[in-house]
Amino acid sequence: MATTHASHHHDDKYYVPHDSHWPIYGSVSLFTLMLGLCGWLNEWYGPYVFVAGLLMVVGLFVGWFNVVIGENQKGMYNTQVDQSFRMGMMWFIFSEVMFFAAFFGALFYARQLSVPWLGGEGAKMFNKLLLYKDFDNAWPTNGPARVGPRDDGSFEVIPAFGLPAINTAILLLSGVTITIAHHALKEGKRSILNIFLAATFLLGFLFVYLQAKEYSHAYTELGLKLSTGIYGSTFFMLTGFHGMHVTLGAIMLLVIWLRTMNGHFTPQRHFGFEAVAWYWHFVDVVWLGLFVFVYWV
Amino acid sequence: MANTAHADHAHDHHDHKPHGLKRWLYATNHKDIGTMYLVFACIMFFGGGAMALVIRAELFQPGLQFVDPSFFNSMTTMHALLMIFGGVMPAWTGLANWMVPMQVGAPDMALPRLNNFSFWLLPFAFTLLLGTLFVPGGAPAGGWTLYPPLVLQGGDSFPFTIFAIHLMGISSILGAINVVVTILNMRAPGMGLLQMPLFCWTWLITAYLLIAVMPVLAGAVTMLLTDHFFGTTFFTASGGGDPVMFQHIFWFFGHPEVYILILPAFGVVSEIIPTFSRKPLFGYESMVYATASIAFLSFIVWAHHMFTVGMPLAGQLFFMLSTMLIAIPTGVKVFNWCATMWKGSISFETPMLFALAFLFLFTIGGFSGLMLAIAPADFQYHDTYFVVAHFHYVLVPGAVFSIMAGVYYWLPKWCGRMYNERLGKAHFWLSVIGVNVLFFPQHFLGLAGMPRRIPDYSTQFADWNMVSSIGAFIFGFSQLLFVAAIWNAVRSGEKAPQRPWEGATGLDWELPTPAPYHSWETPPAANILPKPGH
Repeated sequence: MATTHASHHHDDKYYVPHDSHWPIYGSVSLFTLMLGLCGWLNEWYGPYVFVAGLLMVVGLFVGWFNVVIGENQKGMYNTQVDQSFRMGMMWFIFSEVMFFAAFFGALFYARQLSVPWLGGEGAKMFNKLLLYKDFDNAWPTNGPARVGPRDDGSFEVIPAFGLPAINTAILLLSGVTITIAHHALKEGKRSILNIFLAATFLLGFLFVYLQAKEYSHAYTELGLKLSTGIYGSTFFMLTGFHGMHVTLGAIMLLVIWLRTMNGHFTPQRHFGFEAVAWYWHFVDVVWLGLFVFVYWV
Repeated sequence: MANTAHADHAHDHHDHKPHGLKRWLYATNHKDIGTMYLVFACIMFFGGGAMALVIRAELFQPGLQFVDPSFFNSMTTMHALLMIFGGVMPAWTGLANWMVPMQVGAPDMALPRLNNFSFWLLPFAFTLLLGTLFVPGGAPAGGWTLYPPLVLQGGDSFPFTIFAIHLMGISSILGAINVVVTILNMRAPGMGLLQMPLFCWTWLITAYLLIAVMPVLAGAVTMLLTDHFFGTTFFTASGGGDPVMFQHIFWFFGHPEVYILILPAFGVVSEIIPTFSRKPLFGYESMVYATASIAFLSFIVWAHHMFTVGMPLAGQLFFMLSTMLIAIPTGVKVFNWCATMWKGSISFETPMLFALAFLFLFTIGGFSGLMLAIAPADFQYHDTYFVVAHFHYVLVPGAVFSIMAGVYYWLPKWCGRMYNERLGKAHFWLSVIGVNVLFFPQHFLGLAGMPRRIPDYSTQFADWNMVSSIGAFIFGFSQLLFVAAIWNAVRSGEKAPQRPWEGATGLDWELPTPAPYHSWETPPAANILPKPGH
């Protein structure tokens, strides 16, 4: 039932949205998704509930965003609402930064503390003398027990200046293309906007494709898996969560490209575009951290 | 789009409340959502409280009487998870929902639909968590801190616990974003940040803490999940990881988390003490800066939870000294509250009684925290009942008392009716006596060496355990009076005037009683805004 006593005709009044079934639908979908994962992981049943939940979550995003985009196109949102959306997106991205910080923290802790200690550094010399006599502090490592898929515990890593360097160039270039698209949007040059936005999401999907190739190379030829000790754990969790974020970001870019093709966004009002652009820069910056600390040094 | 059309032809219905189930399921009103949060928190308090009574019943005498040790461990774990994530945090979010828009002069929260999403994730999260009581292997029993390797050895409950925490985390982050955006973007025109009531300030800082650390908890439990199911070795030495690494990541979340539980309490008490002392808050700005300092320090003290784990000396010294630093801004607050009352015209209604109990008893908890901060002394106290006594003093007469103080204080504004003062006072005195009988002896038990999280104990601990259990049952059952007081007020309380407390200031008290469905439909006039640094 409507609570929009504040109208969309005046900017000097408050706007309160009408009620929505999407939040409760969203809670049910996430619950289904997670219940499905629990049962699947416990081997109670197959992935069916999980897949159903996943489809419901996709429906959540499509449905909820459709309502918001529709209301926005009707001009129902005033500048205060626009500002709320902007702040909300910024703090959401900050929370994402902190999520990655947990995994970067694990990487730094392993490299600076736990692996040197296992190798007998400083006061932990008895690790070397008594526990793990043939383990030396080194990186990359899969630990004193040399855990991993191969019988001899060996594995290889992906050199930074191969595919990862190309991927870095791709993401940096996509950061340039989206900035050109943004400027074109602000100057009302719609065809440049459309072309460069398309270039951005194509570069994004190209990145995901090359990452997938790299993963299959690591899994089939290098003996490098999630289970390859602490190196495999940190490598795949960091690059994996980043890859998921790039995939989502590229889908978001695709959506706003479809919207620009339909004439959405004006030079003055284009929160949706900017939110996606911020998100894209965020995955870009995370990648730079990954390139330096996971692949390079 | 049907929804939008709906909105259009109904947009001149002022103060029109939706009816039936839809009002709650599809809610966008901050008061409705706040009420749902508070009712949910109350249910969780009683659920978590029932678990605590199972624990105290078992500990009434040495030996095993009622439950088997595994179920006992499930009770300690679930009690903590329910009280922290289901009780105190949603109660604060509920109070923020009710009060922040009213206090900053806004019609509602900034992002009302997201607000409803934040709430409705919680019942589902706790369905996952409480469901583990019925899965093979029982509910999680490794403690709420989820330390590996113990937690990885759990039964089928393990993934449920992880995903329940994920859902609670999403809820908290979205709720916190909403509070930040409401405070920063929805304040009445002309209202500066230093004109806000302290409850808004402490919640703003709490929300920053939530956004910063809930994702870190999500990362930590995700690593547990992959260690358990996908062969990663974050927390396994054989693969180059370290179980202690989990403790570091967990407490990087965990220490700010305890301030998430207590900072809004500082806000509530900073409103109630001036009201019933009929004086402005002493040192408003220093209160704001002290809150911010506590929040900053909370990020650099985490390893004081793990002094005994084997840490380099430099680490122990750093975390010991940084922890002690927290006493300075906390001391600023305690002295400011005392100075506020100095020469005030004080009256002792129920909210003030709870706020005063907070002031005394939270300070006791703070002092025992200082004792625990001393690394060499902590080697003796660690994992004893002294720790249990410490954090229950800051959480029960600290956080929970101030939640109840806030409810008594604002209830007349919410429902337009006064609670029964005799009932409120009876609730207060039973609570404050019960809570001290319950937790004070636990200091003695801990100093004498009784370890926490055990269902049985040496006979030398029998006397004080019996006293503590008696206190637990007094405290637990006296909370029924709280429900009775609220029920009685809502049903048949006396009509409350616009400003039921003569000393109350702030925009929330400028609204009519009961507060209208949409708090401030038009921005409040400049002359009723609080003075800067009031």
